[in-house]
Amino acid sequence: MAETYPIDDDEVSVEDIEIRLLLEAIYQMYGYDFRSYSRASMRRRIMHRLTMSGFASIMEMTDKVLRDRPFFVTLLNDLTVNVTEMYRDPDFYRAFREDVVPVLKTFPFIKIWHAGCSTGEEIYSMAILLEEEGLYDRAMIYATDIDKNVLASAKKGIYSIEAVKQYGDNYRRAGGKHSLSDYFTARYDSVIMEQRLKRNIVFADHDLATDQVFGEMHVILCRNVLIYFDRPLQERVIRLFSESLDMGGYLCLGTKESLRFSGQEDTFDVINKPLRIFRKRQFPHHA
Amino acid sequence: MGASWGGLNAYTRILSALPEDFPLPIMLVQHQHASADNRMPWLLARYCALPVIAPEDKEPILGGHVYVAPPGYHMLVEEDQTLAFSTGRPVLFSRPAIDELFYSAGAVYGRHLLGVILTGANEDGAAGMEYIHRRGGVTIAQSPVSSEAPTMPEAAITTGAISRVLDLEAIGPFLAEQVAG
Repeated sequence: MAETYPIDDDEVSVEDIEIRLLLEAIYQMYGYDFRSYSRASMRRRIMHRLTMSGFASIMEMTDKVLRDRPFFVTLLNDLTVNVTEMYRDPDFYRAFREDVVPVLKTFPFIKIWHAGCSTGEEIYSMAILLEEEGLYDRAMIYATDIDKNVLASAKKGIYSIEAVKQYGDNYRRAGGKHSLSDYFTARYDSVIMEQRLKRNIVFADHDLATDQVFGEMHVILCRNVLIYFDRPLQERVIRLFSESLDMGGYLCLGTKESLRFSGQEDTFDVINKPLRIFRKRQFPHHA
Repeated sequence: MGASWGGLNAYTRILSALPEDFPLPIMLVQHQHASADNRMPWLLARYCALPVIAPEDKEPILGGHVYVAPPGYHMLVEEDQTLAFSTGRPVLFSRPAIDELFYSAGAVYGRHLLGVILTGANEDGAAGMEYIHRRGGVTIAQSPVSSEAPTMPEAAITTGAISRVLDLEAIGPFLAEQVAG
């Protein structure tokens, strides 16, 4: 019986130590800070890369990460989850049109921060929406991500034609007014987003775990990023968002993300509960 | 627990056999399309004496509650016994994936975990069941003959990591009996 019990628990605790050391090594060597990320997610992603690359242990892989930058970039791509699509959660964009756009129309100038923009699909979704609502000319979109490589592809705005075909349906369900194909030019098997959509987008690298407040924003979109953070880091980031928002500014999170466990529910009013649109209170409620 | 094709029927049978003082938390994955309405918790609650939860990020895992993975997200168990979510790549075209839940739960609960693989038409969950077994947990597969789609339990059984193969009707009572004893 002694065989089944201690061996298994040791295996996991050794892996835990190895994961901590790997994340520390990445931070010290490359400056990317994954130490406060959700451990369950990190473990899955690290174990995935371990299996794919054939190393005997996480320690062995850590050695490779420290000495081989291209391998680190591969791992970075695993760790940052760059799975996204245009008009991901179409209902959210529809609600944004209905609940937020009418208020934005009363502003002379609109600053939007999209934190964790990945390869840019959702940035262009927002740019198109704003153009259709006649708001794009007075809008500035700050698109940030921790990963410079994905920012570079976001900036290019080139996507595979196969992927874009599937986005047409999202676009319609999101309340799109024209045809998605009006917004890109197809060439061979890829499409490039229209240049005019890029004129009011600023791309910048920003690490929510270590960097500071970002301007006086009217809207912050950060969807399916917080799920990868542990609770203390979530709290830090929600505070960062709250400080970056103007009074009455909007915060849009992913559909499973919540302020419930962040200790900062009181800072925001709920505008749309299922689609996670919140609004920073004008005057904080206090008893 | 994990299921795909035929899963709704299987889950209602199993959950309806559990007493209202069932003490353990239950986490389950049903394969469904990402754009599906999240109706599973509501449907299952009608057949289940336990509260059925559509969890949010960082939801604490409580005994006697049933947590249903939402469409479009992988559901994982965190060390501090809260639930985490991921939009990582689908596994075998599925998000939520059974393997993601099983691997993460296996790491946290080890030999205190009971994994159940049910009816389904692909092989998701087989690798996760192998891991649960390796970590000392109990592994149960629905018998292929009692499965609407036998591929999924068959794949798990083929790994050699399954401790019990049970007909659908027997799984709920078996679970109730395990925790009562």
